[in-house]
Amino acid sequence: MGASMSGTAYLIASVLFILALRGLSSPESARTGNLFGVAGMVVAVLATLADPGVLSFGMIILAILIGGSVGTVIAIKINMTALPQLVAAFHSLVGLAAVFVAAAAFYNPQAFAIGVPGGIKTASLIEMSLGTAIGAVTFSGSVIAFAKLQGIMSGKPIVFPGQHKLNAALGALIVLLTVALIFSQSGSVFWLLVLFSFLIGFLLIVPIGGADMPVVISMLNSYSGWAAAGIGFTLSNPALIIVGALVGSSGAILSYIMCKGMNRSIVNVLLGGFGGETAGPAGAAGARDRGVKSGSAEDAAFLMSNASKIIVVPGYGMAVAQAQHALREMADKLKDAGCEVKYAIHPVAGRMPGHMNVLLAEANVPYDEVFELEEINHEFATADVAYVIGANDVTNPAAKTDPKSPIYGMPVLDVEKAKAVLFVKRSMASGYAGVDNELFFRGNTMMLFGDAKKMTEEIVVALG
Amino acid sequence: MDISQVVEHAARLAAEAAKLAASAGKLASETAGLAGQQGAGADPFLSLFTVFVLACFVGFYVVWSVTPALHSPLMSVTNAISSVIVVGGLLAAGPQDMNFAKVTGFLAVTLASVNIFGGFIVTQRMLGMFKKKAKK
Repeated sequence: MGASMSGTAYLIASVLFILALRGLSSPESARTGNLFGVAGMVVAVLATLADPGVLSFGMIILAILIGGSVGTVIAIKINMTALPQLVAAFHSLVGLAAVFVAAAAFYNPQAFAIGVPGGIKTASLIEMSLGTAIGAVTFSGSVIAFAKLQGIMSGKPIVFPGQHKLNAALGALIVLLTVALIFSQSGSVFWLLVLFSFLIGFLLIVPIGGADMPVVISMLNSYSGWAAAGIGFTLSNPALIIVGALVGSSGAILSYIMCKGMNRSIVNVLLGGFGGETAGPAGAAGARDRGVKSGSAEDAAFLMSNASKIIVVPGYGMAVAQAQHALREMADKLKDAGCEVKYAIHPVAGRMPGHMNVLLAEANVPYDEVFELEEINHEFATADVAYVIGANDVTNPAAKTDPKSPIYGMPVLDVEKAKAVLFVKRSMASGYAGVDNELFFRGNTMMLFGDAKKMTEEIVVALG
Repeated sequence: MDISQVVEHAARLAAEAAKLAASAGKLASETAGLAGQQGAGADPFLSLFTVFVLACFVGFYVVWSVTPALHSPLMSVTNAISSVIVVGGLLAAGPQDMNFAKVTGFLAVTLASVNIFGGFIVTQRMLGMFKKKAKK
């Protein structure tokens, strides 16, 4: 296959990848879009296999068989609630693959037509170093994100004095190593670069708390794209550059949306330390003595059976308790009784962008009953019951009224406008931001203390 | 999803592909024109960089049009397609002679394959769950 043939193939692959993303503008076109993505990948791989430099296929076939079967088994077996950690794990693989490709290019530059060992072109070395560093950061950062999401590591932010100075020093060191690599072309410098990039990726993610994971995952998504683009420049491969740019900007946009959902800047999230255990305001203990109205599943069922419109507000607690199926059963019962049921999703609910939507879809909730914050917020005023299950900070009216609150300015769901608010919660503990939710103490609020799934199941029974 | 729907969506996406291809062609000829002005020895880096910057813009517009409900599948599918980095691994694992680069190439192809298969399958699984209200 000639250069122009493979160039054309890579162009076709790139267009197919763009269409794969374009398909996601609506659920109906998304499945077809995904198939375009698969087709793009097949085209890109076949074009590369037809390269005159690719002569031995044994190891390649073996690698695809091993990787392919592992990936297939994982993807089929994975529980939908474990999706955030799966995505984090997949990001880490892209990062590591980028490091391996860069290493290959460094040790056998002839295969990529970028020079000879010890005499690699300067531009290629810079691109390679960039790809390597970003890939390594993606890898170690994703491993930490995975550990936090999987619960192997505490979701609490880990902070220590001098953290940011250390990171800055490491960043400078990586730049110096890149320069050293250009002049020395030495293998040990290359591996030092990899090592320190691993370290900085690790240090960047440890101070970031569990509920900021939607931002972290989006950011790592973005990094994996930039790493691919860096390697694409090294290889002069347009498909890789285009994909890298697409993925990089996609992750960047998602990070932006997530930050906006919390009214925080990306810098604030990255510096970390937000919402630590100690962040609770001094008034919290006193507030706990204030009266709250708590009720049973029967009380909740009674309120709901008299309602004509109910809005469900799911949060991370629903995912933890795996309450989505019970929730759908409850909604079915209510709908059979002639009640209108809708779902309101806050942009940062859950541990990754769109997490709640996938869980509700898994439980067979039709997607046209599920609404985003801006679409549904005005409807709370006409709702009889707001059923808040596993969400807290995203409903806190203090974000609108109290300039001193750490979450002030964050867009919140106006659940307090509903005639009655039912809060399913295990305890009175404050949410991630460490602030009390004054909604708990309002007259139209009823607290339902218990596990989200058990409570919802009991309501289903009580609804008869 | 029945066949007629698939066909209809494929047709719609194909129409968009044609539109994209047309604008890509226009961009390419404009870029070529620019490169021509700079003389025959235009920097290959510059043309790749042009592709990169334009792709960032395409990504920007395409991703903003993704519905927020599908942000999770967006993540997993971008993850799958970023594994096109496999082409680097293939080139490294391809040569006849055994060397260190061939080993790292092998590892890269293995890791990227996990991602390609895992990413596309889990995306398809997720998208398969998004259903409209059943007709009564």
